[in-house]
Amino acid sequence: MSDLNSKIPSGPIAEKWSNHKAKIKVVSPANKRKLDVIVVGTGLAGASAAASLAELGYNVTAFCYQDSPRRAHSIAAQGGINAAKNYQNDNDSVYRLFYDTIKGGDYRAREANVHRLAEVSPNIIDQCVAQGVPFAREYGGTLSNRSFGGVLVSRTFYARGQTGQQLLLGAYSALNRQINEGTVKMHTRHEMMDVVVVDGKARGIIARDMVTGEVKRFGAHAVVLATGGYGNVFFLSTNAMGCNASASWVAYKKGAYFANPCYVQIHPTCIPVHGSQQSKLTLMSESLRNDGRVWVPRKKEDAAKLRKGEIKPNDIVDEDRDFYLERRYPSYGNLVPRDVASRAAKERCDAGFGVNKEGMAVFLDFKYAIQRLGRDTIAKRYGNLFQMYEKITDVDPYKEPMQIYPAIHYTMGGTWVDYNLMTSIPGLYSLGEANFSDHGANRLGASALMQGLADGYFVLPYTIGDYLGGEIMVPKINTNLPEFEAAEKAVVGRLEKLFNIKGKTPVDHFHKKLGTILWDHVGMSRNEAGLKTAIEEIQKLRKAFYSDLLVPGELKNVNPELEKAGRVADFLELGELLARDALNRNESCGGHFREESATEEGEAKRDDDNFAYVAAWEFRGVDEAPVLHKEELTFETIQLTQRSYK
Amino acid sequence: MADIILNKIYVKVWRQNSPKAKGGFETYQVENVSQGTSFLEMIDILNDKLILEGKDPIAFDHDCREGICGMCSMYINGHAHGPDTEVTTCQLHMRKFHEGQTIVVEPWRAAAFPVIKDVMVDRTAFEKIQQAGGYVSVNTGGVPDGNVILIGQDDAEEAMDAAACIGCGACVATCKNSSAMLFVAAKVSQFAKLPQGKIEAKKRAKAMVAKMDELGFGGCTNTGGCELACPKSISIAHIARLNREYLSAKLAD
Repeated sequence: MSDLNSKIPSGPIAEKWSNHKAKIKVVSPANKRKLDVIVVGTGLAGASAAASLAELGYNVTAFCYQDSPRRAHSIAAQGGINAAKNYQNDNDSVYRLFYDTIKGGDYRAREANVHRLAEVSPNIIDQCVAQGVPFAREYGGTLSNRSFGGVLVSRTFYARGQTGQQLLLGAYSALNRQINEGTVKMHTRHEMMDVVVVDGKARGIIARDMVTGEVKRFGAHAVVLATGGYGNVFFLSTNAMGCNASASWVAYKKGAYFANPCYVQIHPTCIPVHGSQQSKLTLMSESLRNDGRVWVPRKKEDAAKLRKGEIKPNDIVDEDRDFYLERRYPSYGNLVPRDVASRAAKERCDAGFGVNKEGMAVFLDFKYAIQRLGRDTIAKRYGNLFQMYEKITDVDPYKEPMQIYPAIHYTMGGTWVDYNLMTSIPGLYSLGEANFSDHGANRLGASALMQGLADGYFVLPYTIGDYLGGEIMVPKINTNLPEFEAAEKAVVGRLEKLFNIKGKTPVDHFHKKLGTILWDHVGMSRNEAGLKTAIEEIQKLRKAFYSDLLVPGELKNVNPELEKAGRVADFLELGELLARDALNRNESCGGHFREESATEEGEAKRDDDNFAYVAAWEFRGVDEAPVLHKEELTFETIQLTQRSYK
Repeated sequence: MADIILNKIYVKVWRQNSPKAKGGFETYQVENVSQGTSFLEMIDILNDKLILEGKDPIAFDHDCREGICGMCSMYINGHAHGPDTEVTTCQLHMRKFHEGQTIVVEPWRAAAFPVIKDVMVDRTAFEKIQQAGGYVSVNTGGVPDGNVILIGQDDAEEAMDAAACIGCGACVATCKNSSAMLFVAAKVSQFAKLPQGKIEAKKRAKAMVAKMDELGFGGCTNTGGCELACPKSISIAHIARLNREYLSAKLAD
């Protein structure tokens, strides 16, 4: 039995959201003026939430660690945003988007949340168009669509290869309008350090001014976290350098449950790691797999020669090329979902067929598409991606195949939330990638942007009223309360502790080691022994961190090393939870592959009898085992089946 | 992927501990840098060395490291974002430099972008310009269906050309007058090409230009340096459109 109240409304799936909206509280305009809301993080989810809440009349204070909300990593999303508009008359519908998302997530997401997401998706497109987002258009002036992996309809809206940028700038412009009107107070270059809980309710945060180093208190009637995912726990990922999990992590340590941390998306088409000095990985859009063919040499000796630079890829004739995705998955071929494509690349490289110096790359070849369609067509479709690839690698992908390898890209797990997006701390909400709610064990392409904006524009502005409606008699939160004082003191103490270790090792060294442990044991393929090793090694690394960390500079000045130290300290705890969750989930589903749970052909095998639940973890102490709470997943509408892409 | 190693290079970089502190150049030696390394990874290597030597690492802005967030902002050997074209600092690679070279790294220099520390500057002025009018005044909800507003493909594409601005400030850093015209023009031009933006066009052009002037950016003398430095190749044709928008707004007063 579940001991978590997900507050999923009763009734038929298509009526749940409408019924719920009809029943939840609405706060009067006069009372909204008296209520303060803090929004942490101003990417798609945070900026859209902050703007929408301010438009409704709440007093909003927003925070981001960058110098502008426009820098949030939502900006880097390339491909597009899904919406069930059915503009193409190809029989798309809310139900079809709902179904594709549940199936794509390998039946590990909540039906009710996903249906709501599909329901509000058309409104997102309307909103963005009204804001002046320059979506791609047909000659007649209507909106264009394209297809994305794993679906049979054309429902993805896009703005060249910069959809995330344009949607973020739309939300940013809405936010700017509210800042100008004085309804949002924006704090850039501020990092949230703790959430303050008073009488069991979230009542504010402690933040550090990253320019002056000052630690400050902020009070509010509710706190919204829209702080992104935890992919950077692996050190190398497609996330921005500053992306971190600290806001979610301090919330976890104050009582917010953390759900499904083992669900991590590994994207198959990233530029491979180059040497040991690399700081981050660059994604090449999934759309490339529409026209590129993935291969490695059929003969091991050819792979060895490639690695030594003795031959070039084009020296290998077609007969000696192994198009392994087409071979293994004849019906989906190069367009299998991300998790499947990633594992297949790893399998070939582990077997000794990797093609770069490190043996950790496969080819993505456009030779055949150029022969079929001509260079101009390919340039029109992918020109900017080809240019980016050449700038980074100095290889011309029109002439020589791209080298790609899987990399950490997105985290489906995150802070546990109920149907209202409230965490297990009353008054604390979590939106976008930061929560766990909509993508199950694997996210479909072009769905991250959809979820971020759905949460911020069309879900939270309704559901937060249900909580704040009960807070209208609560006066402005007094930040002199002992809870604020204690939280600030703890934050300052923590910063001083990190700063005063004065060891010999800079923080990046620990971060890289943590990343290697996780990539080796909690990456694309996981097993019991490896996961136990990872837990032990992370615990040891954490001890070393607190005895040997070297943070230079000053506490009260710009100090990126101090910022990183705080984030890595949290990653060193989160990494252990990730491994624990992966150890607990002895089944394979979506991005989580346990070697013990595979079919005879080596494909992922789900175990619905034992694992059709959300694993929500409760913090009990840094060196204590967390407590597992299970939220059973019930599928009333969709029948569970084993995914197959053969 | 070329794997040539630069055995020794020199980085002559601006060091300034705080906004009011006196700044100056320091030169550091960096060894064993692969030409496949990005410029910022080379700075990472240098910073690691500085930390291990007990020195303060160089503070610099960066985030996405894939050329889209607009955070990175180094003036390298006399060029905003360095010697390559159509790239941000984070996309610049060490293959653009040679053995033994001295690389000069400065912050964006503009009165409206004060130095915070080392090569990190304060671009809050850009935020204030956007807040003054860089939006269409619509609330969430209550908007028409997306296909009710028809927009010709050419107009949509031109709006997108302008909207590609990443707000990095290379245009300001390059301009001898520290003008923000290209930055302002990109936003005004995006909305001028779209029906959604027409209603507030006059108000927007006036408000954004007034804010730009108030914040200490210089005037535009049409030398076009901004376009060349822009990592997204935003055309100065957008400045011409801004001028038209501004003039027609003023004439209507």
